[in-house]
This record gives sequence, structure tokens and C-alpha cells, in this order.
Amino acid sequence: MTMPLPFLDEFRHADHTAALLETLRERQGRPLKIMEVCGTHTMAISRHGIRQALPEDIELISGPGCPVCVTANADIDTFIEMALLPRLTAATFGDMLRVPGTRTGLAEARSRGADVRIVYSPLDALELARADRSRQVVFFGVGFETTAPTIAATIARARDEGIDNFLVYSAHKLVPPALEALCEVPGLAVDAFLCPGHVSAIIGPAAYEPIAARGLPCVISGFEPADILQSLIMLARQADAERAEVEVQYGRGVRPEGNPTALSLMDTVFTVADGEWRGLGKIPASTLAIGDEFAAHDAARRFAVDVSYSREPEGCICGEILTGLKNPRQCGRFRRSCTPDHPVGPCMVSSEGTCAAYFQYES
Amino acid sequence: MCLAIPAKIVELDGARAVVEVGGLTREASTVLLPEAAVGDYVLIHAGFAISRVDEREARETIRLFEAMAGGDEAGE
Ligand code: SF4
Repeated sequence: MTMPLPFLDEFRHADHTAALLETLRERQGRPLKIMEVCGTHTMAISRHGIRQALPEDIELISGPGCPVCVTANADIDTFIEMALLPRLTAATFGDMLRVPGTRTGLAEARSRGADVRIVYSPLDALELARADRSRQVVFFGVGFETTAPTIAATIARARDEGIDNFLVYSAHKLVPPALEALCEVPGLAVDAFLCPGHVSAIIGPAAYEPIAARGLPCVISGFEPADILQSLIMLARQADAERAEVEVQYGRGVRPEGNPTALSLMDTVFTVADGEWRGLGKIPASTLAIGDEFAAHDAARRFAVDVSYSREPEGCICGEILTGLKNPRQCGRFRRSCTPDHPVGPCMVSSEGTCAAYFQYES
Repeated sequence: MCLAIPAKIVELDGARAVVEVGGLTREASTVLLPEAAVGDYVLIHAGFAISRVDEREARETIRLFEAMAGGDEAGE
């Protein structure tokens, strides 16, 4: 086995983590409530026990950074209905399979005969379409700015290669508008944001300037324990000095300009639209719809399905958890009627869901 | 879902790369990262290289957190 990165060990070293924690413990300042926006951070924080290890005056709360979780039930139901259409293959990332829709889930649809395929890359879905031109292959486009360019690239390739039986149902979401919406949530007094590393590898640090301009420190963080602790120190130092800026801790992955190729491809294929988020409601200019030029690959235009029955699962507080207002332990169904084996809401299913993270590591 | 795995590019043919992750190889596309070259460490997400891992920046980050951990403000 070769180490993937020669220096990765440094970021995981227990001595470093302990010393960084000590620096945070020695800090003297006002109590801080810091939101980790990204689901991958939520998982890392839970797995390494960082939430509990922090001094009492630094509270880490989980935010809306799990793409599957913030996808509105209407979108999930729409995709499930599409999967049930004849001569259609539904392709999705694995996380989606067990997410409960209003009436049924994809796994159930599959057991009823729907052709549901789990793919690792949207390119795999394109290959499914190429291999059987008699079927319509619909890929469920769920994800933030990290994922959207990979799907844009796949749609562009489908068009260039004339694979017109490859379609995407686009439910992509944009992170900065969600952070702005969070700033307006009554009763949620977040002091600073731990910003997502891989979303930022695409959009670049400048995208968070409007948040910093509201007086909220932002630090773009890597995913190893030392990354996260260092980012928390940077956030605390900003807050203590009454500064609010965008800083990059994850310099090894994030360029000042982001990824211009990915951004321009997203811009070519998608148009920005208003969109519905679970928990946050309708947020202006926060989702990506497929642009007119690529209409032939837009499943939303091709297939009309009725999901007027769509509603949120009963007794599930995913919405409040995604906005940081509550944590999973405050849900009456957590660990009782809702477990990873019998999930009620998406936050218990996704590998990045806050309820799943708490269930696995923090309960 | 925004998980991205660091991998090393071992072969490159147009935008089709073979990358190595922990001793295993797999294919990845570099259409989103046209500047990628053989030998680069890149972050792979959903079958695409999305960013180059900058080794110099990584060492700088390590230097900074070692300074922070030592209570040394020179890391500022
Ligand atoms: S524990 Fe289950 S029911 Fe409760 S908020 Fe989480 S996903 Fe919803």
C-alpha cells in the first residue's frame, strides 16, 4: 500500500490534535456558536469526538450541508414517480436508495420492478444510456457545487455525443444562498461558519464575502481533525478580535479563484433558479435548473408526474435540525422509531446526515 | 456527498486519467481540471478530478498549526 499523500499523517496526528484542543481551551473570549455547514464535516466531527472534546464555550452545531437531506420531499417523490415509469432506468448515488419518500422509497420502487441503478459517477449513468438506447436513463442530480459540475460535464458530453436518452432531474443546490437564508432564521444566533472545503474548491473563497459582510467570520476548512481544530482556532481569533473575514485553512485544496473550468461549465449547462429546501423553505436563486440549450436532457421537462400528495414525514424534525435549531436528541423519534435500519427522515439515512452521525457516534 | 478523495494521477490520455488511491487504481475524468498532469495529487469527486492538492500549501498549513499548537503567535 502506498500512502495516498505523503503528509496526510500530519493532519491526523494525535499530538497535534491534543495541542490544538489545548489552544482552544486556553482561549478567553465570549462563548461562540459555530455552525459546521458541510455534512462531511459533521461526520468527521462526530467520528473524532470533536464536539464533546471542545471547551464548553465553543458550541458546534450542524447545518444544512447534507445534499440528500435538504432535498425537498417533492423532488424525492418526483424522482421516485419517474423511476416507476415504463422503459425508464433511474440512476442515482447510493445515498438516495433508502431515503423515504412520502408514499414509497426508491428501494421499494425497485422491489416493485422499477429499474433503479446505483452509480458512483454520473458518467456511469451516461454509459447505461449508451449501452441501451431503447431506455430513457434519468439521473437524479442531487448535490452542491462540488457535484453540480460533474453532472454539467456529463450532460455536455451526452449532448456532444448525441446520447439523447440520457436525462437529468436537477435538484442541485447552492451553498452561499443557504447561508444567507440561515442568517435570517429567527432564534438561530450563529456566530461564525466553518465553511465546506470541497464546495469551496469549486466556488472559491470570494463566494462567502456577503456572509462575512454581515459580520460573521468564515473559515474554509479541510476534513482531518487537525484541519477542523485549526479552523476553529482561526474562527475564534477572528471573533475575539471582532473581525469577520473569509479565511482559507484548506489551502491545499482550495485556490483563490476556485475552479474556473468547473464554474464556467456549470454556467453553460445550468441556470440559477429559486428553489425549495427542506427546513429552509424557498430560497431565491439557490438551485440549478437545466438551461434551455440542454432542454433535451432535462427530465423535468420530459416527464410530467403528479406529486401533489407530497408532504414531510410525520414527527420528523429534520427541517429544524438542518437549520441548526435543534439536534437529533431533541427529536422524539430519534433512536426509538427512527434508526438507520428504519429511517423516518433523510437525516437518518444519508452517510452525511446529522441524525445518522449522532446515531453512530454521539449517542 | 461532497466527499472527495485525494489520489495520484498515474496515467493521462486526453481527459481520461488513471488515478491511484491507496494502492488501487481507477479511472477518472480531468475535464474539470485541464491543467492536471501525471504525478499530480488531485481530489476526486464522483469520478472527476475537481482540484489539485497543493503540497506546498499543505506544508504551510502544517507549519501554521504547529505554531498554533505551540501557543506561538508567529503562526498568525
Ligand atoms: S431522528 Fe429521524 S425522525 Fe427524527 S429528525 Fe432525525 S430523521 Fe427525522
